[in-house]
Amino acid sequence: MIAIIDYDAGNIRSVGNALTRLGAEYELTADPARILEADKVILPGVGNAAEAMAHLRERGLCELIKGLRRPVLGICVGMQLMCRDSEEGPVQCLGLFDAHVRRFCETPDAKVPHMGWNALGNLDSKLFKGMKGGSFVYFVHSYYPGLCPDTIATCRHGEQLFSAALKYENFYGTQFHPEKSGSVGAAILQNFLAL
Amino acid sequence: MVAKRIIPCLDVKNGQVVKGINFEGLREVGDAVDMGVQYARDGADELVYLDISASREGRHTFAGLVERIALGIDIPFTVGGGISTLDDAARLLDAGADKISVNSAAIADPTLISRIAEKYGSQFVVVAIDAKDIGGRWTCTTHGGSRLTELELFAWAREAQERGAGEILFTSMDHDGTRAGYADAVYARMSEELTIPVIASGGAGSIEDIRRVLSEGRADAALAASIFHYGQIPIPALKQALRASNINVRL
Repeated sequence: MIAIIDYDAGNIRSVGNALTRLGAEYELTADPARILEADKVILPGVGNAAEAMAHLRERGLCELIKGLRRPVLGICVGMQLMCRDSEEGPVQCLGLFDAHVRRFCETPDAKVPHMGWNALGNLDSKLFKGMKGGSFVYFVHSYYPGLCPDTIATCRHGEQLFSAALKYENFYGTQFHPEKSGSVGAAILQNFLAL
Repeated sequence: MVAKRIIPCLDVKNGQVVKGINFEGLREVGDAVDMGVQYARDGADELVYLDISASREGRHTFAGLVERIALGIDIPFTVGGGISTLDDAARLLDAGADKISVNSAAIADPTLISRIAEKYGSQFVVVAIDAKDIGGRWTCTTHGGSRLTELELFAWAREAQERGAGEILFTSMDHDGTRAGYADAVYARMSEELTIPVIASGGAGSIEDIRRVLSEGRADAALAASIFHYGQIPIPALKQALRASNINVRL
């Protein structure tokens, strides 16, 4: 069973829909027992990082997530919460990835939010098995994790190169939305499910 | 660099995609979910679904359809048509829509834009504008182009941006349905004046029309309906041609 952590962090229905399309069973839950039993855990998230972090804390899920030993995938703000801290607040995050989350500087060729399809580079993980650099995925965000030793994919918005995906031990995160990224996104989710 | 987007637009009535034929009637062209799935497979970057049913019952059917679309397709989609309150927007968000578009209701009450943007974020709000050239002044219209307003196109687009719109979807009523090309110069000026993305709509008849509006017209996305529905321009061929013209598109 796949557990999608339900912590009132925006519209997270589309992640479940994507798993259904792949034929995977999932449960939307904030129950610690169910999360611990799950084969895989997904931490979605849309909206404000500081608010999302507060919701996670209220439900007493921070230490539990850090202690998980099975594959965990954070998506968008879910991934940002797994970084060290975020300028959006600012807020201290879970510290699983060694990255700071910063706001994009708006320039004529880099609108904020960074929204739309953009290409991935420097792919370096089983998460991207079977994929080539230059594959397009869908982004919607104003804050980004910088480059760090945990970076497993990069993307460029204007002049800014940032981490499109991160990995540390069993923890994975994507700044983009694989659930909205067509066949490329489906392949990434499938690779995660196969870990 | 964010890729330029190709967006098929689907007008929906009672779960079916329909297309008007010379004001006389509507022809059904296919199931809304099946068509969306096929477009996603063909490489469409995003879809726009417009609810053109006028009744309360029709609106109810549409919300159910949005749930099926969200389950069926794996690319972002916008829904519009008759959204006039924050509750309407909330219902469609809950059903799984990635963005909503507001048109006449935003002109009647511009605070609708800011209220939706504050609650759900600018990325969720597309402001659709229908306008026509009235003696050299681009004038906004409502109700499918049938009613003129006092608003000037560029002033209204700037106000929509200031109020929190995430994108502007501008349809030139002078070009819509002509298949003679988009209002390129108007989009170029709009892109110059705004910082948010501009979606071009109205007038697509050929691959060259789309290439022009994305390059000379500087639009961030090109929307079209009939040329895609009837297979006149297959999306894979369109994207190959755009890439060959050095336009950054997702392949």
